[in-house]
Order: sequence, then structure tokens, then C-alpha cells
Amino acid sequence: MTDALIQGILLGGYYALIAAGLSFMFSVMRIINLAHGSLAVFAAYALFVLADSFGISPFLGLLIVVPLMALVGWALQRFILERATRAGPLVPILATFGLSIVIDNLLFEQFGANTRSLANYIGDLSYDSWQLTDDIAVGKLAVLIFATAVALLAGIQLFLSFTPLGRAIRATSEDSDTAGLVGIDARRANAVAAAIAMASVALAGAALGTRATFDAYAGAPQLLFAFEAAVIGGTGSVWGTLFGGILLALGQSFGAQIAPQGFLLGGHVVFFIVLFARLFVPGSALRRQVLAALGRQPA
Amino acid sequence: MTAGGKTLAIESLDVWHGQLRAVHGISFTVAPGETLALVGANGAGKTTLLRAIAGAHLPRSGHIRLGGEDITRLKSHERVARGIALVPEGRRLFGQMTVEENLLLGRTARRPGDWTVERVLDTFPNLKPRLKARAGTLSGGEQQAAAIGRALMSNPDVLLLDEVSLGLAPLVVERVYLSLSDLMKTGVTIILVEQDLGRAMSVANRIICLLEGHAVLESAAQDLTRDAVTDAYFGLSRHTAPVEAIP
Repeated sequence: MTDALIQGILLGGYYALIAAGLSFMFSVMRIINLAHGSLAVFAAYALFVLADSFGISPFLGLLIVVPLMALVGWALQRFILERATRAGPLVPILATFGLSIVIDNLLFEQFGANTRSLANYIGDLSYDSWQLTDDIAVGKLAVLIFATAVALLAGIQLFLSFTPLGRAIRATSEDSDTAGLVGIDARRANAVAAAIAMASVALAGAALGTRATFDAYAGAPQLLFAFEAAVIGGTGSVWGTLFGGILLALGQSFGAQIAPQGFLLGGHVVFFIVLFARLFVPGSALRRQVLAALGRQPA
Repeated sequence: MTAGGKTLAIESLDVWHGQLRAVHGISFTVAPGETLALVGANGAGKTTLLRAIAGAHLPRSGHIRLGGEDITRLKSHERVARGIALVPEGRRLFGQMTVEENLLLGRTARRPGDWTVERVLDTFPNLKPRLKARAGTLSGGEQQAAAIGRALMSNPDVLLLDEVSLGLAPLVVERVYLSLSDLMKTGVTIILVEQDLGRAMSVANRIICLLEGHAVLESAAQDLTRDAVTDAYFGLSRHTAPVEAIP
């Protein structure tokens, strides 16, 4: 039981890491990026190519891939999302869905159906662990990923709270028209936000590639986990994302204790319980938003 | 604001809301340090005109020049950088952010000038105890003060004030206008949209009355009687021929 709890919490760090960018983009630009998982896999492949072809360790490779993904985020916002948003709220969803299909198929064409992993390029870290008790060991990589998630979320929180650009991004997310009237370039703020989100996707891709195997079509399940963690934690809440990731992973961890196939099912059960609670518990933010969209007053 | 300031010239401005022509070929010039009041009934085009000057609404034709530079096609954030700041109707503060953060956002354009958070708090002392409070929790008067303070933090040459008294208790309006008269002494150019005629005439150097998108009366405030403005306001006056455009 304790082991399931500890492993669940650590796995939650990975889910928080992959959900951070999705949640951030939604909270700032109100865009659900359905290409999020595919972009994480793209980043994992970029690290794989650097390691396999050039002998660059995945950790050093992040020095190249993080800025590269930030650039991808900036371009994604400027050339696709910004234009798509003008056509209505559904168009960015369709655009990013199309983008995910393009990315998946390009990766498949380039790398084929074989699964890959970055574990071979990080030495002992991929399997080394600390033995806490006779029955409980924690993987060093899992701890590193959890610590990375906490550091990323703390960094995002500090950036948004204490820097002029962070404040500008928050203001733009709240009211982009008024943001312009106080001197904020809303286009730039959104592009920077997308760049930050994609930089975090690069970290998530590294975590994915080092802790597990991936293939060209691994994006969809990663998107699902990111989406579930973001919804459980309350989309847009920085620390809620960590909480959501941990709760999702605990559901999976305890689900696996009940039955081997209960791993995924446990996570989905937690997601649906939280989703229904948010929809039906009076006073919840999601319920208020849904009722407002339906033009009804909360009871 | 900068010493000396800049002249704002509006030339034959036409602004449309879809199929509706909200502002008809309006022209006027505002000299540095002047306070101009735009008055008129609901739907006269005052707010649309102010928003067009601020860049929130692009005109279909005509020109807006600030200090000789044509800023007609500039975006709103670029106009803030040039020295135009709008206090919008309804205040439009960022409700999830603190008062201090709202004020600091006014510094985004990084224009040189004397306005700091401390100076805003000196001008609007009622904000002092609420500095760390979320803007969405402020009273109407506090919100108005914060909105004006946020605009001042950009050190504007031209301050546009849209219905600053709307929805406020008379005592609060009195306090806001007291602060505004202090501001006027500092030399900032102000364009004020106000439905309260008496209030507008008491603070402005010059009045322009709008009627259905036309400027129907333009005069120095001291030369006008309340009756003349009221007649123009409701389209009853012999003054109601549209004011000629500046060539």
C-alpha cells in the first residue's frame, strides 16, 4: 500500500510535467492543443536523434531541444493558432487535431513502427534506485522527473507572479482587449506563452523517452494523461496541475493493486469522479462556466 | 506625461460599427494641457470616438495625429507607447490581479515620466490599504481610482477618460473629480467623456457636443451656457449644424 502510494506520487510528477504545457496554454490562450502529446513525442524523437546520431546525452540535448520546441511554440501560435482563433473557438481544436495527425505520420514515415527509448543513453539512472525499506525502493529517474515537474511549476508560478512579462501574459489571458489598452502587445504575450508551453513539452518528451518506450503514435495516450491531469487539477491552476497529476497516478497505482489491467481504468475512474463532482457540486467553477455557457443561472 | 506634451489632431474621422456609422467625419484638435469634454446622449458616438483614438476601434476613414505623427493605423499598445492612455468605461481592471499588479501593468510601455505606484497612492489615498487586494474585490470608487492610476502609470501625454462617474455614488464622484482637477494642474492633456453636463462644464476648457455621431457644438466652456449645451445635447439648438471639419 505504501509502495503504491509512493510510486503513484512519483508517477504523478510525470503527468504534471506533461500536463503543465497543456494547462498553461489553455489558461492563457483558451486553446486546447490536441497536438500536445504528439509534440511531446516529437521532442522525444529529437532527443533520440541527437543521442543516437551525434552521441549527445539526452540531458545535454535538452539545451538544444528546449529552445527548439520554444521556437516551435512561437511559430505554432503566430502561424496557426492565432489565425485559427480568429475563425472561432472550434477551429483551433480542429487545427491542432490536424497537426497531431501530420506530426504522427511524419514521425512514422521517418522512424517507422519500431519503439524507441532514451533509457540506453542515460546510463544507470534508467534503472538505479534508492532502497528505502526492504519492500520499498524509489527510482532515481522517477524522483528526478518529479523534482523537474515541481521546479517547472514553481518556475512558471514565479514567472507569472513576479515578472512584467508574466503579468502581461496573465492580463492578456484575462482580457486581451484591455491588455492592449494598457500597452501590452497581446500577440507577443500569447506567442511567449506558447513558447513556454512548448519548452515544457520538451521536458515532458525527455521524461517520456527516458522512463518508457515511445513510437510515432505514442502522442494520443500522452495527450489523454495530460488532459485528465489538467482537468482533475483544474485547468489553469499551476499547483493544481501537480495535484491532478498525482491524483491521476494514484488512481492508476491503486487500480493496478486491485487488478493488473486496473492501472489505466483506475486513472479514468478518478478522472470521471472529479469531472462529475466539478459538474454537479454547487458552486464549483466548472459548473458555473457550463451553466453560463448554457445561459442558465446557478441554483 | 512629458513636459510640453503633444497636440492631438482628429481629422474627418469616420468610425463604423458594422453597418452603423457611429462617428461622422469628426475633426478637432486638442492642445497640450487642454481638457476637452465630449458630451452627448447615449449612442451619440462619444465612447466610439474615444476608443478610436485609443486604437480599440479602427476608423474607416480620416486621420488621428499625435504630435504630427499619423497614428491612425497603429494598434492600441503602440498608441500607449506613443503617449495615449484610455480609462475605459466600466473600468475594465484585471479582476484576478492585485491593485498593485494592475498599476504595474501600466508601466508596460516603459515611457519615461514621474508616475510611480507611490505617486498614484498619494493621488488616490483610498487605494493604499487595498494595494494587495484583488482588483475584482474593490468598490466602484476604488476601481475607478485604480483604473485612472493604471492609465497614469504609462506617463501619458493624452489621457482619455470614458464616463468616470458612471455607476458611482455622488460622494465618490466628487472625490474622483477632485483628484482629476489635481491631475489637470500637472499639464496632462485630457479628453473626457461625460454625461453629467454640469460636471463636464466645470472641469473642461472646451466642450464638444455629439449628436448621432456628428459634432453639433464646439466651444470654449466659459462661452457656453448650460441651456445651449442642453439644446445641442438633444438636437434642439440652432447650433446643431455639424461643426465644420478642419481642412
